Amino acid sequence: MNVWIAIGLTVAGCYLAKLLGLLVPAGVLERPLVQRMAALLPVALLAALTAQQTFGDGQQLVLDARAAGLGAAALALVLRAPFLVVVGAGVLVTAGVRALA
Amino acid sequence: MTYRPVGVQERTRPGPNDPRSVPGVAEQTAPPESTGAPGAISAGPPGPAAETRPDKPDAAVVRDALGVGIAVGLSGFAFGVTSAGSGLSLLQTCVLSLLVFTGASQFALVGALAAGGNPYTAAAGAFFLGVRNAFYGLRLSQLLALPRAVRPFAAHWVIDETTAVTLPQPTRRAARIGFTVTGLTLYVLWNLTTLVGALGAEALGDTDAWGLDAASPAVFLALLAPMLKSTTERVTAGLAVLLALTLLPVLPAGVPVLLSAFAAPIVLFLMGRTKRGADTKDDAAAQRKKGERHS
Repeated sequence: MNVWIAIGLTVAGCYLAKLLGLLVPAGVLERPLVQRMAALLPVALLAALTAQQTFGDGQQLVLDARAAGLGAAALALVLRAPFLVVVGAGVLVTAGVRALA
Repeated sequence: MTYRPVGVQERTRPGPNDPRSVPGVAEQTAPPESTGAPGAISAGPPGPAAETRPDKPDAAVVRDALGVGIAVGLSGFAFGVTSAGSGLSLLQTCVLSLLVFTGASQFALVGALAAGGNPYTAAAGAFFLGVRNAFYGLRLSQLLALPRAVRPFAAHWVIDETTAVTLPQPTRRAARIGFTVTGLTLYVLWNLTTLVGALGAEALGDTDAWGLDAASPAVFLALLAPMLKSTTERVTAGLAVLLALTLLPVLPAGVPVLLSAFAAPIVLFLMGRTKRGADTKDDAAAQRKKGERHS
């Protein structure tokens, strides 16, 4: 049930955010500070999510195979690999390190 | 040949005895709109100028759109796998792709739920990631000029990829084709691959053994990397990581990620302070220069 509550709220929130941009008159959100905040908010959230999902295990900080996988994904990004290759590299290296350990 | 510094030339040409040259007054009495001189800069809106850019063949726009739509559409597979691996049912996974349809938010939601976060913090994190789409919509609505009745439907496709394809198009027609083809391709593929990924993950059983729990952080990193354009973004990302990892052991699941969003206003505030300092210096320098010229 909790999962459905979360899904319902996310569906509604994300749709309203998309619709808002198409409906409000230009100028309301055009202030530079608002724009810069909107551009910077995903940067902060994505960075935090990356860290949490790589080093978090419940409420504990751990260093496990996922860190190696993320390193592989980062390397793929530096080499300008396509999106799916980046994700694939992360998954394969994580699985490989787990299999060896 | 004699060398004369520019400043001296400027001061000697409109001599103080010349009645026509009273600096300042000329500037005040001749606002750009009232000159009417040939070659004067048109005060018209920039819109028409953009319309006269050369047309782009429809086929070229469709090619752009299909390229992005197919490449990104296939990564719904990663979402399907991650979502099923996080313990969501097949129906829940597919409903997310059908009705949320903005990748980062979907990954954030299932990640937060898998980490044991309560539904409200999980949804809040997903929502904050989706807020950027409002700003895309703002840019797109001017470009696409959609009828009011169409907007609620078009809104569902206002995401990173459709915006990236639509904004650079030279004409309204090209923009509309780009938006529609990217949106349609991506929506169909993203949902099909979500289904395939979720079914595949269920067949695999223990997804962690296959390293699939690393898919989600890799996706976040891949989404984040192109955003790290300047120092401001990099400092924000660094501060957010620091906040998330420091708060992780002491706060309930999901809350640390939400609080690390404060990295954005903190960095903007600090950058604003340093920039304002630089601006005041610039202003002072400009004033001095102006004063020299008028003296």
